[in-house]
Amino acid sequence: MKARTLTRHFKESFKSIGRNSWMTFASVSAVTVTLLLVGVFVLIMMNLNKVADDLENDVEIKVFVSLDATEETIQNLESQIIEMPGVESTNFSTKEEELTDLVLDFGDELSLFEQSNPLFDVFYVKAVEPQQTEKIATDIAALENIEDVKYGEGKIEKLFNVLNAGRNVGLILILALLFTAMFLISNTIRITIVARRREIEIMKLVGATNWFVRIPFILEGMWLGIMGSIIPIGLVALLYSKITEFAQPRLSGELFQLLEFTPFIYQVSALILLMGVFIGIWGSFMSIRKFLRV
Amino acid sequence: MIQMKNVYKKYPNGIVALNGLNVEIDQGEFVYIVGPSGAGKSTFIKMMYREERPSSGQMFVDDIDIATLKNRKVPMLRRQIGVVFQDFKLLNKLNVYENVAFALEVIEEKPAAIKKRVMEVLDLVGLKHKAKMFPTELSGGEQQRVSIARSIVNMPKVMIADEPTGNLDPETAWDIMNLFERINKAGTTIIMATHNQQIVNTRRHRVIAIEGGLIVRDVAGGDYGYEG
Repeated sequence: MKARTLTRHFKESFKSIGRNSWMTFASVSAVTVTLLLVGVFVLIMMNLNKVADDLENDVEIKVFVSLDATEETIQNLESQIIEMPGVESTNFSTKEEELTDLVLDFGDELSLFEQSNPLFDVFYVKAVEPQQTEKIATDIAALENIEDVKYGEGKIEKLFNVLNAGRNVGLILILALLFTAMFLISNTIRITIVARRREIEIMKLVGATNWFVRIPFILEGMWLGIMGSIIPIGLVALLYSKITEFAQPRLSGELFQLLEFTPFIYQVSALILLMGVFIGIWGSFMSIRKFLRV
Repeated sequence: MIQMKNVYKKYPNGIVALNGLNVEIDQGEFVYIVGPSGAGKSTFIKMMYREERPSSGQMFVDDIDIATLKNRKVPMLRRQIGVVFQDFKLLNKLNVYENVAFALEVIEEKPAAIKKRVMEVLDLVGLKHKAKMFPTELSGGEQQRVSIARSIVNMPKVMIADEPTGNLDPETAWDIMNLFERINKAGTTIIMATHNQQIVNTRRHRVIAIEGGLIVRDVAGGDYGYEG
């Protein structure tokens, strides 16, 4: 394509936006509302995912070793556990270390136990896949010289179920929203094109190629998509900066954290922009097809 | 220039518009297409610029095979053909100059060439002084002259006119006919569908009468042949 033609297409697409200002306004509003919903949804879902991942990664099995276990037995146990399928890591902590941790957490009153330490030697075991935690715990409990095995029995399964369901529902909702947006935009651009039917008809009659007719409309759709993504990007960024500002100090030291403002907000903005561009182009494309059959 | 052999056209709704039509039109001819409404004139005209496709039969326009022409090649055919309609088909938001230049812009002609050529044809149709005016500010005859200028601006070999004087008063219609005669003298084939008895009987040219999808009369310098 010649540069001159491309310039013409750009000019035409801008002119058309100005000419059909009400239609432009309607399309941009539709894109804005949809992308805003999608943007907020992505914020929520991505953060829920992050929280889920944080919690999942924190799930570990606490294995209490029998008091009568010798050093040799303990080493044996460790190698047995590490060789189990699905085990990512084990971390041994003697009862003295356990007590030091306790004292650190709960204060000096507990240091009187240093005389006669009531605690056990402990293995902290992590599963590669958090969902395997339960099976690994059962397997470890079956080994000899184990006093007890503890993990967030029951609660963890429930948490996983809720999170998985949440993710799926979220994905379905986002897809549904996107389709709605596409149809809205496709319809709006169809109206723009209907208003310019005569122009297309004449272009075709004097021998313009299909691509020549199509490109300005596709560019126009793209501009609409881009314009429609500006407000959602701004609002989502503002909203998220307020949320992180509010939540981050309150969540410090907790097991889970929200996603950092950057680079997350850049990724969300890019996603919103790309979606705007995509639905704009797709909408024009779908609408113009039937008008080219002159 | 134009050959049709046993051209048959049946629309999806079952109506047979052309029923095995045979005709040959040479380069430089001036042909009137006459006949009652619904006889197949419009279909005949529309096939020339491939708005319609023959259902069967052979058809060539300037050696382009219309029956098998691929959709993406249609623009190349239309660049050889100028089309003029009863309702002018001008873009009201473009001025006279822009309306004519439009036809060259969309086929990606060079800007310098466009300017020169548009001014030439506006001069030919006598509207050079109204180049900056908009279609709504012009009379019907002037609008038709703009549309003629647009149709000849890319120097087509054939000009097809569907009822070009249908919306014009008699005097303006004669002006338009004078213009057609001049364009024809310059070598362009003209095919004109019309109901205007006075014009056909006065400016004698070949007359092709279509009825029921068939050519019922084909006379060089013939008359209109219908009442009123």
